[in-house]
Amino acid sequence: MSKVLVAVKRVIDYNARVRIKPDKSGVDLTNVKMSMNPFCEIAVEEALRLRESKAVDEVVAVSLGPQQVQETLRTALAMGADRAIHISTDQQLEPLAVAKLLAALAHREQPRLCLLGKQAIDGDNNQTGQMLAALLSWPQATFASRVEVDQSAGSVKVTREVDGGLETLSCQLPAVVTTDLRLNEPRYATLPNIMKAKKKPIVSITPQELGVEVTQQLATLKVEEPAKRKAGAVLGSVAELVEKLHKEAKVI
Amino acid sequence: MRCRSSHFPKFQAVLSLPPYLRLVLNVVITASAEDQRCPEPDIARKSQLPCTSVQMQLASRSAGLQQTTFRFFYGSYARSVSTLVVVEHKSGQLATPTLNTVSAALQLGGDVTALVGGSGVQAVAEQASKIPGVFKVLVADTPPLEHQLAEPYSQLLAALQQAQSYSHILVPSSTFGKNLLPRAAALLDVQPVADVVQMVDKRTFVRPIYAGNGMATVAVGPSQKLIMASMRPTAFPRAEGARQGAPAPVEAVPEGVLAAAAAPDTPNTTWLGLQEAKAERPDLGSARVVVAGGRALKSAEGFKQLETLADLLGGAVGASRAAVDAGFVPNDLQVGQTGKVVAPQLYIAVGISGAIQHVAGMKDSKVIVAVNSDADAPIFQLADYGLVGDLFKILPELEAAIRDVKAKSAAAA
Repeated sequence: MSKVLVAVKRVIDYNARVRIKPDKSGVDLTNVKMSMNPFCEIAVEEALRLRESKAVDEVVAVSLGPQQVQETLRTALAMGADRAIHISTDQQLEPLAVAKLLAALAHREQPRLCLLGKQAIDGDNNQTGQMLAALLSWPQATFASRVEVDQSAGSVKVTREVDGGLETLSCQLPAVVTTDLRLNEPRYATLPNIMKAKKKPIVSITPQELGVEVTQQLATLKVEEPAKRKAGAVLGSVAELVEKLHKEAKVI
Repeated sequence: MRCRSSHFPKFQAVLSLPPYLRLVLNVVITASAEDQRCPEPDIARKSQLPCTSVQMQLASRSAGLQQTTFRFFYGSYARSVSTLVVVEHKSGQLATPTLNTVSAALQLGGDVTALVGGSGVQAVAEQASKIPGVFKVLVADTPPLEHQLAEPYSQLLAALQQAQSYSHILVPSSTFGKNLLPRAAALLDVQPVADVVQMVDKRTFVRPIYAGNGMATVAVGPSQKLIMASMRPTAFPRAEGARQGAPAPVEAVPEGVLAAAAAPDTPNTTWLGLQEAKAERPDLGSARVVVAGGRALKSAEGFKQLETLADLLGGAVGASRAAVDAGFVPNDLQVGQTGKVVAPQLYIAVGISGAIQHVAGMKDSKVIVAVNSDADAPIFQLADYGLVGDLFKILPELEAAIRDVKAKSAAAA
């Protein structure tokens, strides 16, 4: 009997246009399509494949945040997760806080493996998995593009996408793995599965129940539009392009 | 000493270890202790306060003055900066993102110490000691660090911080830095700042969020004494050129700190191998010219044409996610939010539509050229120069024209 804990985050849809609030206090998320973070989808998919290959028995999805994250958990359940846990809080959560909450949950749930996305496409931090592994004193394999659980050895073999190539590690279980884009192609939830997912349990717990005090260490002073590039020109010919690159931009 | 044992169930086990090992582990465990009865780090910090002889005399003159002076000392501590830069290296060579990170560290003021961790890394340490502006090089040369795995390295880093109390720890935001820093930060109970592109002051940084669609200015709160951050290499110049004076002194990290990398409770990870991508061209992250292709190149064969163009310009080859997923090129050539972030002098996007995830990785290039058959492709809103047309016709023409220009300027010179 072994289980995988998969952490999923509700973020702005990757195709949605990001608008900065006029008062520069942050990104305007009103009436914007929200979805599961793409890297988290890949983590859910991988957990399901591990269950299908009998490497694990149970897939538990967890998400943190306000009531709306339950939609994201429903998505994970519709994809095939067995049950879901909602760590309910309206506070802003930084990666360290998320990692502490997940670590506390992992102590309760005792999974063999924690799967997370390598980064969320809103904060772009790429930290939570590493921090979770540290707090649990578990091995970590980040940016995974291949995951093979070896039950008899009690280890997981992971191929990592690193600068300059692919690195392969073997981590003793329990371990934390974060997923890269090339790990798999997430499945779509079918209608029958979406209906079934409505019956699956989502348990809500609070940070207090987990004994974790959530504090914020970084203050966002402002969020601004990135510097806009000047509109360029569409040229008529290759000769013109090379001429401009040579004489005007002086890059050739 | 009472530490938060709830997060560290192994803590009880520590007490049964021999004293010398306990010392090593303590260092790591106290790192995350918030208990006020773990005062060693503070004492260590205060003992490092800058203290001139004039101030000493003032301090000894009267008790009242002493009080003021102490506050002054403490105030000057709060302003003082000492930065540790974690050196990235590969196959015995210092990796260039380190140079960008050092120059970011120099912007903070204060001493910059470079940490070289690994096994058999004396040559790297020597290279680090020649970087302009580096004050000191610390070397952690030990077999457990051979492959610079995050598990032992983060324990070393946490132990080193406990011993030395740096104000800032910086790493390049490469896969190496991103893998290591958050783990070490969690051991030290610090929330790091990821992918910094600009230093506003010692505690305030600018970083991109939402695939670079927002630039967030973040300040590290006063409760966090140590600031940990990863630096986007393309956002800072390289610390290079001739170093003034002698190379920086190279020292071994203290024995106790070194032992932390091999603490008996280090999570067990085995390195099995590295499949290196062939690198005949300049490194993508630091190349002056990048020629990148997308799905429209149709095949790995199509990419060969880009390679010829890249070689002609002395540049690197990049790719969009579509091209990588289609198997035209290996994934380490991917440019974008989840791949590499580049900012070359010249970026030539061939057959790339310009999705936001790709743009996140190249929009800071100095000159952007787009070649695409679709005149409405979003890449044209970004490009300084665009050519609309069939890339298979344009590429050979472009190559010939560039050869021509090169020949002419060579003849003129």
